[in-house]
Amino acid sequence: MGWFFASGFFTSPPVQVALVIGAVAATVCAVVGVVAMVRGLAFAGHALTDVAATGGSGAVLVGASPLGGFLGGALVGAGAIALAGHGPQQRRDVATGIVLSAATGLSALFLYLDATTNATTGVTQRVLFGSLFGASPSTVPVAIELGAATLLLTAVIARPLVLSSLSRELARARGIPVGVVSGVFLVTLAMAVGLSALTIGSLLSTALVVGPAAAAVRVTTRMSYALVIASGIGIVSTWLGITLAYDSYNWMPHNQSLPVSFFVVVDVAVAYGLCSLVAARRARGHHV
Amino acid sequence: MFSGFMINAWQVGTIVAIVAGVVGFVVVLRGDVFAAHAVPNGAFAGAAGASVVGLSPLLGLGLFALVAALGIGVLRRFGQRDATTALVLVLSLATGSALLSQSTQYASSAYALLFGEILGVSSAHLIPLLTLGAICVGVVALRWRAILLSAVTPDIASARGVPQGRLDTIFLVVVALATAMTVPVVGALLVFSLIVGPPAAARLLVSRPGPAIGLATLLSLVVLWSALVAAYETNWPVGFFVSTGSAIVYLVARGINHSVAP
Repeated sequence: MGWFFASGFFTSPPVQVALVIGAVAATVCAVVGVVAMVRGLAFAGHALTDVAATGGSGAVLVGASPLGGFLGGALVGAGAIALAGHGPQQRRDVATGIVLSAATGLSALFLYLDATTNATTGVTQRVLFGSLFGASPSTVPVAIELGAATLLLTAVIARPLVLSSLSRELARARGIPVGVVSGVFLVTLAMAVGLSALTIGSLLSTALVVGPAAAAVRVTTRMSYALVIASGIGIVSTWLGITLAYDSYNWMPHNQSLPVSFFVVVDVAVAYGLCSLVAARRARGHHV
Repeated sequence: MFSGFMINAWQVGTIVAIVAGVVGFVVVLRGDVFAAHAVPNGAFAGAAGASVVGLSPLLGLGLFALVAALGIGVLRRFGQRDATTALVLVLSLATGSALLSQSTQYASSAYALLFGEILGVSSAHLIPLLTLGAICVGVVALRWRAILLSAVTPDIASARGVPQGRLDTIFLVVVALATAMTVPVVGALLVFSLIVGPPAAARLLVSRPGPAIGLATLLSLVVLWSALVAAYETNWPVGFFVSTGSAIVYLVARGINHSVAP
């Protein structure tokens, strides 16, 4: 296995931290992502990542913790989207888009001020594209706690959430407060996005939220299977991405290694492609 | 404010705003908001690649925006429209960031590509921009009736023989062209503000498509011009003012819409 895991891979502390945080973020995103897919919230899930970036760049500006920034940004964004987005899909998309665009503009300002006032170089890349190898060991317990809290919250609202995702009318008839449930779900989505923004950067955390879940939903219609498959794809993609990024130091000229997030995103996309092929082949089989 | 590099900024900004107003109106009408957000990020990867290998950024922008647009167009026919759009989006961004990581001297160009750099626009860009802009507006004008029909009543459009799939692709290509010319000015992440904000506001205020597209263009011009003035006065990034202006215009329109017809 020496050819695959470059020397020092398992003993390097940054790699160990990256493997743990990556797995936590991938699992949480996969679980929340499956529900987001069923509810048609791919665009909202993506918009939250950009709003998280605003929080992250704001946190750098005032010297607060990045995780707090990402999380705060995502939560505020979730609130704004919940307030603005009522009515049919098209109108909801436009409202989500406006929240997204206003947040991106603020990111532009914060990152500009970060670069000019603090003289911090590379802050744009760090906030937007992540730095998994740069995560400090002290974030591990925080990430695990946040991940556990997100999963717990999702588990608490699981039954009404699934029912109201599949049929709003039926859920309402059963006396489920549909509005409250969808508000709480946006909060869990924001928590997952905040966590993964720290891991692979806010712009790319869409990959962990949407990718594995979309792939899983293609190959199974059962919720429990989808959750397991999505988490599996998420964890494997993240770990493989970390390994490849670590190895890329040896492949590239000038020893300029490629970013972790790049490999994670490519892995997720490949997994989605494979699942789509499986689904297509199965569909053809049924017709014959 | 009206001399030297700012002259270029005014000219280019005006062209960009007009195209964004026209194309953006169709984006909002068709509900293609997410795709319009994803395509510029393909352009980001292209510009990053061009700056690494030393090609013209405009060429890289155009090429990759086209690839992203066609990718979305093809993939979304196989279902899961939003998910495939999101994946094309993150793949483009990831490629862009990987390319930028290979060149240390372009560390600051990531910021310029994502959030825009009005000073980076030279007078040499004027002719290509005018051409691209004319193509975008021309295509929308030529296919105007088909676009309206298929956006409002897709079933009737199909029955009348409007080729929906081809129209979809043509339109995504127009978005790609509009994007390629807008990215250098307001940045890949903020093209979207100009494409969605003013047209969405115009749609709220006027229901007839002709006047609405005119109003969209007008609002987009107002947003971009005031952003230029504000950026010139404060030295803050122009993208910030463009997106804030777009959000304000939309919120005001929503307020008026609400008070007129509650």
